[in-house]
Amino acid sequence: MTTHDHDTTVFASPEPDADDVADAYGASVHDDVEGAPVFNVSGGDWNDLVDEATALHEERIVVNMGPQHPSTHGVLRLILELDGETVTEARAGIGYLHTGIEKNMEFRTWVQGVTFCTRMDYLTPMFQETAYCLAVEKLLGITDQVPERASIIRVLMMELTRVNSHLVCLGTGGMELGATTVMTVGFRERERILRVFEAVTGLRMNNAYIRPGGVSQDVPHGAVDMVREVVTELRRGIHELELLLNENPLLKGRTVGVGFMDLTGCMALGMTGPVLRATGLPHDLRKSAPYCGYETYEFDVITRTGCDAYDRLRIRIDEMYQSLRIVEQTLDRLQRTEGQPVMVEDKKIAWPAQLAIGGDGQGNSLDHIREIMGSSMESLIHHFKLVTEGFRVPPGQAYAAVESAKGELGCHAVSDGGTRPYRAHFRDPSFNNLQAVASMCEGGQVADVIVAVASLDPVMGGVDR
Amino acid sequence: MSDEKKTDTGPELEDADVQAIPDKEIDTPETSTVDDPDALRPAHSANISTWRELSADEREPVLAGERRGMFGATRGQDTSGYGGLVTPTLFPGASPRPYGSYFDEVADRLGTALTEADGPAYHDAVEKVVVDRGELTLFVRREHLVPVARAMRDVPELRFEMCSGVSGVHYPGEPGRELHAVYHLLSITHGSRRVRLEVAAPDADPHIPSIVAVYPSNDWHERETWDMFGIIFDGHPALTRILMPDDWPGHPQRKDYPLGGIPVEYKGGTVPPPDQRRAYT
Amino acid sequence: MGLEEKLPAGFVLTTVENVVGYMRKASIWPATFGLACCAIEMMAVGTPDYDIARFGMERFSATPRQADLMIVAGRVSQKMAPVVRQVYDQMPNPKWVISMGVCASSGGMFNNYAIVQGVDHIIPVDIYLPGCPPRPEMLLNAIIELHKQIQGSKLGVNRVAAARAAEEAAMAATPTSLMAPTHDHLAHLGAPTGKNLLA
Repeated sequence: MTTHDHDTTVFASPEPDADDVADAYGASVHDDVEGAPVFNVSGGDWNDLVDEATALHEERIVVNMGPQHPSTHGVLRLILELDGETVTEARAGIGYLHTGIEKNMEFRTWVQGVTFCTRMDYLTPMFQETAYCLAVEKLLGITDQVPERASIIRVLMMELTRVNSHLVCLGTGGMELGATTVMTVGFRERERILRVFEAVTGLRMNNAYIRPGGVSQDVPHGAVDMVREVVTELRRGIHELELLLNENPLLKGRTVGVGFMDLTGCMALGMTGPVLRATGLPHDLRKSAPYCGYETYEFDVITRTGCDAYDRLRIRIDEMYQSLRIVEQTLDRLQRTEGQPVMVEDKKIAWPAQLAIGGDGQGNSLDHIREIMGSSMESLIHHFKLVTEGFRVPPGQAYAAVESAKGELGCHAVSDGGTRPYRAHFRDPSFNNLQAVASMCEGGQVADVIVAVASLDPVMGGVDR
Repeated sequence: MSDEKKTDTGPELEDADVQAIPDKEIDTPETSTVDDPDALRPAHSANISTWRELSADEREPVLAGERRGMFGATRGQDTSGYGGLVTPTLFPGASPRPYGSYFDEVADRLGTALTEADGPAYHDAVEKVVVDRGELTLFVRREHLVPVARAMRDVPELRFEMCSGVSGVHYPGEPGRELHAVYHLLSITHGSRRVRLEVAAPDADPHIPSIVAVYPSNDWHERETWDMFGIIFDGHPALTRILMPDDWPGHPQRKDYPLGGIPVEYKGGTVPPPDQRRAYT
Repeated sequence: MGLEEKLPAGFVLTTVENVVGYMRKASIWPATFGLACCAIEMMAVGTPDYDIARFGMERFSATPRQADLMIVAGRVSQKMAPVVRQVYDQMPNPKWVISMGVCASSGGMFNNYAIVQGVDHIIPVDIYLPGCPPRPEMLLNAIIELHKQIQGSKLGVNRVAAARAAEEAAMAATPTSLMAPTHDHLAHLGAPTGKNLLA
């Protein structure tokens, strides 16, 4: 129907035509009759003509922002159909990081499941661990037997993880927009938190720290003071980020009005987290369905009404401040509950290892080893069985949800009465939120796709599991 | 308590006098904490009965397989005696009324909503209700899933706006009902209430209607459940593989699909993959 | 490899190798191939705290055409495997691969249907870096090892000879499972020279 000639004719012919341009790399100028589409109109509606012209879609390119791309937040494949610079269709292809974690968990004990689920959304490992442990504790029926100190430590870890995740989101988002200083500042602050994690749990990331029944070991001496210092430094660092981002005209130009998703859209697509709170709805599971003692902490749910990427960015920054507020409250409570147990009392469930710095670096505390290997055979057997076989969970199913940095992270755990999960399914917020790519990006520009996806903050480990 | 199931034939107007009052038969006086059981019954229950007497069969725990042996005693010579161990896997059976907290309200309002929408009768749609570990699970018959979902979403008193997704579970030990699709619904309006809908389908006919028309957020979740379990969601706009490559054979998270690992070589030996090792379940 | 075919043999070649090795190991540009958790630690290496810019490597090249080093950081799923191979093929020579983390080196904790058990099933790997995830310092150590390897890599006829020698050694080697175990389980029982782990 269209008589538009593509530029390939210029390259195909060895000698440029007299009518065509001589320079192969220059702009091509087509003759009216040969080149541009010609419409013959004889009466009829002007609107119809315009509709027909736009429907012709002269140049539609399908662009694959493939799984390997610096700006797609991990191995996300975006298939975009472009009309010039405008995106007419956007589809997200996922599955490039599918690890079969859920199936792998069916072949490991309940406690070993923590080390697996922690690696799903690798930026928020503590949230996965907590959701899983809450589900397991629900199945065991020991939710109210988890010691207070363990819950306080869980809250501390989760809020630090939230700050951690938001820093990475802002950092990588800034990098994708071309602002590398945002990334260096963000990651510099993140290192402070990772040092705290290393001091408390032993690992910077993917720490299998929160176990069913409590946490694996208590915070070491001096951790509370360390975290207090870190909080002060973090406040300064986040303020630095604020100065870089909040009133930055370039950033505002790129994010205001981009990635629009209003309340109707969010409800339809089941979005939760900062995306939902950017529409004005103050939905936060920490307030509406509290867990781990969140109802006793004072913090605000940050909401804005702009429904765009800029508002989500502002919400994330403010949420970081709120998280630090919660962290300070946990530190006071940790000082108050010094010396209290961090694991459930039931010895048939509680993780038996008491780690301490031993002669060879780190291992079981010598007292514990002296007891189990020296004085009590039953303790040894008990320790051995609990670690290798694990505890049994009565049959049934439970669903526990936490408010992760990205939204509602739920764990559906099914037990068949054995030592292994029969089925552990994780409802990851990024998996759900990523469905909005199509509605956020279609009609916008290609550059806005990057911004919109960055504002959703998908982590492909959680999306693909 | 009568043994035969009292068949409820839907929204038929039953005489309020003749209708048995469930609490007398189900709640034993010692355990009942309800002072006035009549007050719990919804005012319009004379028309629609969602309270139904449960037979002894229904309240029995559901057998979903069994475990034989222990410590891998089935491999080689077993002198421990644990090889003869048989442990049945028993899931909780149907729960009697009253369920407690907001569960009764949800169940009753669902019943009336289904009738108001000219949908299936409550007892046709919901085959079993289990209240376990503080959670309400409605086992919905698959052919009536969409009207139930629609009622759960639209009725103001229910208003479960968000569906957290579909989780598939494969129970090879429950013949005729192997594939379960579990939907978790959340009501933000009513203070983050949660309800679970569970639908069962046999392996031979793994079709479950899609609720994407009601909850568009379920799009990818249903694709994932198809990919991992082989449950075909009828009415889904584009049911294709989402996590595995498009041409992958089989459905990985089914129980009859192997974990697929390889033996790991160490100096002086190999370690078999996790699904081939001795199991301490 | 047009230049390398014209290289002389003998000690002149050794000098050329030293110079070329020195040049090549400086400022290797990594390709952005972060997949999972290890990618975050790789990004952390690029930040001021660990500073990969000291090697001139802070310029992560998004396009494989301009990249020298592919740090496969993270678990490689079955769906991602052809993409890994394609990106590797798109990189021009000389190129090197560090498989960062246990998932890239051997499949890691995910010994299942979905993960390729070691990216060396797909592409040749120069440095294996274990860890889950490896600390940024460990990645820097791996890069330094790679630098040593590049500095010492042979060219021309020496390269051909080295490749042949490596192949013969590999063919003659005992399989891992038939080697003697590294850890002797019985050493600490009764032997006076056995290490006392509880001391």
